[in-house]
Amino acid sequence: MDPSVSAFQLLLTGDPALLGIVQLSLIVSMSAVGVATLVGVPIGACIALTHFPGRTTVIVVFNALMGLPPVVAGLAVFLLLSRSGPLGPLGLLFTPTAMVFAQVVLVTPIIAALTRQTIEDLWGEYRDELTAMNVGAVRRVGTLIWDGRFSLITIVLAGFGRAAAEVGAIIIVGGNIDGFTRTMTTAIALETSKGDIPLAIGLGVVLMAIVVLVNALAWAIGRAARQYAG
Amino acid sequence: MFARRLLIAAVAAFFAFPALAQDKFITVASTTSTQDSGLFGHILPLFKKATGIDVKVVAQGTGQALDTGRRGDADVVFVHAKSAEEKFLSEGFGVKRLPVMYNDFILIGPKNDPAGVKGTKDIVKALTAIKDKGASFISRGDRSGTHIAEIKLWTIAGIDIGKDKGPWYKEVGQGMGAALNIASASNAYVLSDRGTWLSFKNRGDLEIVVEGDKRLFNQYGVMLVNPAKHPTVKAKLGQQFIDWLISPEGQAAIANYKVNGEQLFYPNAHDRDA
Amino acid sequence: MRAPSAELPICFRDVTVEAHGVTILDRITLALGAGSPTVLIGPNGSGKTTFLRIAMGLTLPSAGTITWGGRENVAPVRRAIVFQHPVMLRRTAAENLRYALKVSGRIPREVHDARIAELLSLVGLSGFGDRPARRMSGGEKQRLALARALARDPVVLFLDEPSASLDPAAAKAVEDVIRAVTARNIKIIMSTHDLGSARRLAGDIIFMHHGRVVEAGAASTFFTAPQSDEAKIFISGDLLV
Repeated sequence: MDPSVSAFQLLLTGDPALLGIVQLSLIVSMSAVGVATLVGVPIGACIALTHFPGRTTVIVVFNALMGLPPVVAGLAVFLLLSRSGPLGPLGLLFTPTAMVFAQVVLVTPIIAALTRQTIEDLWGEYRDELTAMNVGAVRRVGTLIWDGRFSLITIVLAGFGRAAAEVGAIIIVGGNIDGFTRTMTTAIALETSKGDIPLAIGLGVVLMAIVVLVNALAWAIGRAARQYAG
Repeated sequence: MFARRLLIAAVAAFFAFPALAQDKFITVASTTSTQDSGLFGHILPLFKKATGIDVKVVAQGTGQALDTGRRGDADVVFVHAKSAEEKFLSEGFGVKRLPVMYNDFILIGPKNDPAGVKGTKDIVKALTAIKDKGASFISRGDRSGTHIAEIKLWTIAGIDIGKDKGPWYKEVGQGMGAALNIASASNAYVLSDRGTWLSFKNRGDLEIVVEGDKRLFNQYGVMLVNPAKHPTVKAKLGQQFIDWLISPEGQAAIANYKVNGEQLFYPNAHDRDA
Repeated sequence: MRAPSAELPICFRDVTVEAHGVTILDRITLALGAGSPTVLIGPNGSGKTTFLRIAMGLTLPSAGTITWGGRENVAPVRRAIVFQHPVMLRRTAAENLRYALKVSGRIPREVHDARIAELLSLVGLSGFGDRPARRMSGGEKQRLALARALARDPVVLFLDEPSASLDPAAAKAVEDVIRAVTARNIKIIMSTHDLGSARRLAGDIIFMHHGRVVEAGAASTFFTAPQSDEAKIFISGDLLV
């Protein structure tokens, strides 16, 4: 049997189980990136625009956390959310919320660290003009975030790519429960272990397509930004 | 504008989760063999139809599944290693162990059979031959029920595998399906439960080389996690699941699960010694 | 409360600026009052830009004091500056002006559109409102920066080399705007090393060399009867080192 034929058949027939898995993957990763953006962008901007003791250490830590292994993030969130852990009473382990939680832990440092770099560069460029215009601290942050919007969207997309592609964290905290916490990556891991290579390939194709799409989007935004901002 | 809209959608999706979660569900920690073999896919919809309860299965090795129960992260454990299950009970984490079904372990090996064990019914002789010839052997190495059974068989053969293992013996630390994939890719012997083997699709040059030894018997048991240890355990719903599994209806559902016309699991809830 | 608009006179008292062991401004004491444009001239590296930054309040002196209307530490509410290389926000030309109008908050939002049109027309950029500001040419950017500075409704306007690296037509356009601005009673303090431009625009001249103010006074006196040797060399067009 030619495996790739089966994979495309599954895609073309719009198999509901496959669609459910794709949908959950997107919801989980988009939610995680949404939360990570709301948390990470202000943190990154604050680090960029303030001076405090230990700032360099914080920057180094955030840069290092960009490479946080997903399984480590998964393990940390697992210990936190387990019934025997500090947040056990919430009963969140083995739920999509737990998966979002774990991916927020993974993606927030990426968004914060890259935002810090972007905002710091932009501030270097804008400092004199904004100071001369007597712009207050709050509006200053808002201006830098708005004017850095193209870079920030690219950063958010990078975070999404990371979240959508990882399996280590969500398989630990989600449990890969059929129809409930099974995503594209955990399903690929499972189907491969079941020896059902065609389904694994089918999901792999969808995942690749999404990653390619996201990167194309990032590229298009970058080009638009260059045309607009010069 | 685009970024803002994306954000709003993401946040809305995040808060929509509680609505997704059904109220009436239990979490069952079980083994990769029951999941990879497709048994749950067959019986859980029947259970849901009978009771309206959703069952969320977290498939792990037996040892890990019992740990999940110990931490209170599951309501029911459904595993296959009697000695480990009895330890779980004696620690007070389980309420009562009930036998549910059995199948058997089989020795899988490459068709060219480098250790020359094909045809024998004696699993102990076969393992001894594999060791003596230094033929490749894949071990789960993950404290799963199958791994525990494998170690027991080496012990019966008078081999201390912890000490006697050589480069021919590879512990992969993964689930049953993954171990079969590795065996298939490297033409090695591997101990598997019959259920996972029957539904396994990527066999390559592998086939069953030893089966039918009564020491290869593989019993599955189910336990409710003790609510006295973990008050969050959904004792009533969990007990409903256990009761259904051992009811005539549940037992028939297990017996009726077939892959390519072959029965994978044999219900034996009323065998008190199982 | 709006800060008081008494920005003038700007008084330097023994102002010294040092950076990395190099003296950039050397004990400058002088006062800048209302009236016709004051033009800083002098060779490159003589301290003109630092002088403007100090007077704007962007750089703090290493020693000495600077006061605006008799007070120290006055936020630049009614001061504005056009840098030699103005940085435009990543928005359209009109939005750059709107930003300055919003930040200064001196006129109600309903009239922002009208004011933007007026400013664009003043600097000869009518019809350029929708252009991305950072994609405009050097001369256009320079004029847009002027408009953005004027949007802040300043009492004092600092210009750092406003016509450097512009072609003659663009330079003339900028000079025309400067005259128009002066006519509105806005005090211009600008630097240039273009003697022609200084002759055409200056009411007063400050001649700087090596971080010191060598001569300061009425432009007519300076150009007809310079006192110092450095000024004589500079005006004659010889190289001053």
